[in-house]
Amino acid sequence: MTPKKIEKVNDVTIRFAGDSGDGIQITGTQFANTTAILGNDVSTLPDYPAEIRAPQGTLGGVSGFQIHFGSTEINTPGDMCDVLVVMNPAALKANLQYLEKGGSIIANSDGFNERSLALAEYSSNPLRDGSLSHYHVYEINITKLTEQALCDLNLPPKVIERSKNFFALGLMFWMYNRPLEPTLKWIREKFSKKPELIEANSRVLKAGWNFGETTEVFKVRYEVAPARVAPGKYRNITGNQATAFGLMAAAHRAQLELFLASYPITPASDILHELSNYKNYNVKTFQCEDEIAAITAAIGASFGGALAVTSTSGPGFSLKAEALGLAVMTELPLVVINVQRGGPSTGLPTKTEQADLLQALYGRNGEASVPVIAALSPSDCFSAAFEACKIAIEAMTPVILLTDGYIGNGSEPWLIPDIHSLPTIEPYYPDDPKKFKPYMRNETTLVRPWAIPGIPGFEHRIGGLEKKENTGEISYDPVNHERMTRLRTEKIMRLQDRIPLATAEGHTQGDLLVIGWGSTFGAIRTAVQKQLDKGKSVAHLHLRYLNPFPKNFSKLISQYKAILVPELNLGQLAQLIRARCRLPIYQLNKVQGLPFRSVEIEQKIEEVLRGIA
Amino acid sequence: MVTRVQTLLNTFSFAQNKPYTPKDYRSKEEPRWCPGCGNYSILTQVQKVLADLSVPPYRLAFVSGIGCSSRFPYYINTYGFHGIHGRAIAIASGLKIARPDITVWVITGDGDGLSIGGNHFIHALRRNIDINILLFNNQIYALTKGQYSPTSEHGAITKSSPDGVIDYPFNPVALAIGANSTFVARTIDRDPRHLQNMLKRAAMHKGTSFIEIYQNCNVFNDGVFDRFSNKEIRDDYALFLEHGKPLIFGKNRNKAIRLNGYIPEIISLDDGKHSTSDAVIYNEQDTTLAFLIATLSNHPNMPRPFGVFLDITRTTYETELLEQIESAITKNGKGDVNELFNSGDTWIIQ
Ligand code: SF4
Repeated sequence: MTPKKIEKVNDVTIRFAGDSGDGIQITGTQFANTTAILGNDVSTLPDYPAEIRAPQGTLGGVSGFQIHFGSTEINTPGDMCDVLVVMNPAALKANLQYLEKGGSIIANSDGFNERSLALAEYSSNPLRDGSLSHYHVYEINITKLTEQALCDLNLPPKVIERSKNFFALGLMFWMYNRPLEPTLKWIREKFSKKPELIEANSRVLKAGWNFGETTEVFKVRYEVAPARVAPGKYRNITGNQATAFGLMAAAHRAQLELFLASYPITPASDILHELSNYKNYNVKTFQCEDEIAAITAAIGASFGGALAVTSTSGPGFSLKAEALGLAVMTELPLVVINVQRGGPSTGLPTKTEQADLLQALYGRNGEASVPVIAALSPSDCFSAAFEACKIAIEAMTPVILLTDGYIGNGSEPWLIPDIHSLPTIEPYYPDDPKKFKPYMRNETTLVRPWAIPGIPGFEHRIGGLEKKENTGEISYDPVNHERMTRLRTEKIMRLQDRIPLATAEGHTQGDLLVIGWGSTFGAIRTAVQKQLDKGKSVAHLHLRYLNPFPKNFSKLISQYKAILVPELNLGQLAQLIRARCRLPIYQLNKVQGLPFRSVEIEQKIEEVLRGIA
Repeated sequence: MVTRVQTLLNTFSFAQNKPYTPKDYRSKEEPRWCPGCGNYSILTQVQKVLADLSVPPYRLAFVSGIGCSSRFPYYINTYGFHGIHGRAIAIASGLKIARPDITVWVITGDGDGLSIGGNHFIHALRRNIDINILLFNNQIYALTKGQYSPTSEHGAITKSSPDGVIDYPFNPVALAIGANSTFVARTIDRDPRHLQNMLKRAAMHKGTSFIEIYQNCNVFNDGVFDRFSNKEIRDDYALFLEHGKPLIFGKNRNKAIRLNGYIPEIISLDDGKHSTSDAVIYNEQDTTLAFLIATLSNHPNMPRPFGVFLDITRTTYETELLEQIESAITKNGKGDVNELFNSGDTWIIQ
C-alpha cells in the first residue's frame, strides 16, 4: 500500500445525494457536526423533496445535503460542490448541475442498474458512456461492500440496504481526515434500543473509512485546517432550533412563561417540535386546530401575561393576517414567526423564498404598522428571535420575525452566549389601580401598560374596536380614530430611537452599495468581499429591521452612486428603498426556490459597475 | 424561575374575601342592545350567578367574538376581551392554558360560534379546557341586520333568503355531544330561574361547559322561541331534563318520552296503557342517551329538550398539561436554559 498524499485545502463543498429513503440527511448532518467539532467553519443546506416518500429512484425523490466547510469564514453552503456523492442515477442527474467542472463524483455503482437508469431517464449509463469526462468519476460498489461487511450478522436485506449511507460517510471522513467517534457515539445513542443496528451501522461506517485507507483508487487525502473564528464554546445549530432557543432566552430574560401556539406547517414545524420538549423550562406549547386558532390563542395567552408566540410559514401567515390586526389594535405583545417558503398558495413547501416581505409590512386591513425583523443566518435566528421578543414586550406590539426554509433548516456553528450577558427585557406594568387606564401611554415610547388578569383594580376590557384615547372605551369618534391611528403608527416609528444604526461593510462611500435582508446575507457578503479584494468600490448593507428602517438609512445610502438589491423575490425590498431615495436602484431577483450563489451576485455587481462607470 | 406574573399576583393582597353582589359585576358602560333584547336577561342572570358563587371580578375573564351578544364583556366589570369574528373560543383557550388560575367565560352567538368559528368550537369541546361557553342562539345574524345563520330553520325567510333558507340547521347540542363534550346544556333567556341553574351548573363543571341559550332577537327574529317561553303553551313544547327523573312533559304532565329501540317516541300517560315507568329515566352521564334526546329537536312534533344533557368527568386539558410539566420537572429537574444551550456536541475555540 503506497502512503497517501495529504493535500491542504482552504475550503471544500461536499454534496451527498440519494433517494429520499437513503438516509442522506443523517449522513450530511453527521458530516457537518463532526466537521464543526474539528473547528472548521461550516454551513449546510439540506435539499429534500416535499413528499415524505416520493417514488423510489425517481428524480422527484432525490434528497440532497450540501456542506461547505473551511479554514476561513464560511458564509454560505457553497455555490458549487467539489465532491458529489451519489447513491443512484437519479441523484446524479438531479445534482450534476451543482458540481464544479473538474470536481469528483463518488458513485455507488451498485445503484446504477437498468431499472434505476430508466427511472432517472438515462438512455445509457453515464458512469460508462463518457458523458462525465469533465469530472473525476470514482465507481465504488458501496452496496456490495456494505453487504460484505455485514455478511455474518444475518440481517434482513432491507437493514443492510439502509446502512450503506454510513459507508459513504465513513469514506468521506477518511478523505477529509475527520474522526469517526462523534458519529459512532451518535449511532450508539440513536439506536440504543436496537443493538444489532449499532453493530451494523458502526461496522459499515468503519468499513467506509478502511476502504479509503486500503484501496488504490484514492491517492490523495485532504486536510482542512480549523478556522480562525471568535473564541468561545460552540455547537452546531439549525435556524429553527436557534429560533426556539432565542424565544426561550427571551422568556428567561423577561421572566415570563413562554407560550407557543402553532399549527404544523413545513418548514416551520421544527420550532414547535423543539419547544414541546421543554415543559420543565416554563414553556407551554399548544398545537392548535388551525393557523387562526394558533395566533388567537397566542393573543389570549398574551392577554394573560405570557410571552406569546406563533410560528408558521407563508400560507399560514396569510391566515393570521386578521388576528395580527387584532394584536395591533389591542397593543399586546406577540411574536409571529414566518419561516418563508416558495409561494404563492401552497407553492414550494420545502423550498426557500423571500417573497413575504411586503405581506409582513402591509398585509392587513387598515393602518396596522408592525415591526418586522429578519434573521440572516441559521445561528442568527437566535438573536433575531430574542430581539423580536424584546421589542414585542417592551413596545406592547406584535412583531413579525422573518426567517426562511434555507436558514430554518440549514445549520452552522453557534457561539453559545451566556444567558446572563443578554439584555434584560422589561415589561411595562401598571402600578396604581386608581390612575390606571388601559390606553394611557408612556410619553416617550407611547407604550400602553400591560394589565394582567388576576389583579384587583385593573379590570378592563379591550378588543378589536377602535378605542378612545387613554380610557380605551369603544369610540367611533372620527377625530379620535385618526389620533389613535397616528399614535399606533408613531409608536412603531419611535422604535428607531432604540434600534441600532445601520452600518455598511466595505467602503463608507463609493460606487455601489449592495443592500440585502434575511438569508441572502452569506451570498452577498461573500460576493462583496471578493469584489473588495479586487479593489472595487463597493459595500454591503444588510437590514435586520425592515420596519422601521434604521434612522440613518437614507443618509447612509446617499454616500453611494448606485444601489443593488439582490432578493429571492421580484424586488420587494427594492420597492421599499425606491420609495425612500432617488438613487439608481438595480435589482437581482431569483425565485427558483433556491438561495443565491455568490457568483450570481458577483456577476451582477460587475455588470452594474460596468454600467455606472 | 418565578415569573413576573406570579410575583405580581403575590404582591397584591387578596384579603377581600367579601360577599359580592350583582352590582360588583356591573361595568360603567351602559348596555347598548335594543330595548327588549334577550341579551339583557342573560347579562342580569350571569351577574347574579357570579355574585352567588362569589367569584372575585378580578379573577374572571369574559372573552367574546363578534355579534350582538359579543358586546357582553363591555358590560361586565371583569377582565374582558372582545375578539374578532369567530375566534373567542381560541382566544379563551390560549388565556386559560397560560393562566389556569383565571375563570374564563366565552360569549358567542350562532353565527360567531357555529359558522365562522365552528372549527374552534368543536376542537375546544374535545380538548376539555376548563372554560364556559355561552352560545346565544337567536337563529339570525343580527348585528349585520338579518341574514340567516347556521341555526336558522329550513325555509326561514331572511334578508339573504327571500325565498326561504335551503340549508338545514345545526343542532348545537347534538353537535357538541358529537364533538366529545363533557358538559352540554340548553336554556332560554325568558326563564331566569332555569337560566341561573344552568349557569351555576356550567360554572361548577370542571372542563369545557357548553350552554346553548335561546335568545330572542326582537328586531330581526322576534318570537322564534315563543312556544318555549309562553307560559300558556310552553309545557307542551318544552321538555325539561332532570337527572334520575323520567322524561315527562305536557301542561298536565300527561305526556312522556320512551325509547322504542333507538327511537324516542311520545306516550300519553292518561291513555290507560302507559305509566311513568315506561318513560325514559334521564341520565346526564349517558352520552348515547344524551345524543338520542338531543335529536328530538330535529323532529317538529317532538318537544324541545332543555336542561343539562350531559355532565361527565374527564381530566381537563390544562390539568393534564400541568401534570406533564410536573413530571418533566420530576424527571429532569427545573430546566436551566444556560445548561440546555451548552448541551449536545459542543467544542471550544481558544
Ligand atoms: S339586533 Fe337583535 S340581538 Fe341584536 S341587540 Fe337588537 S334585539 Fe338584540
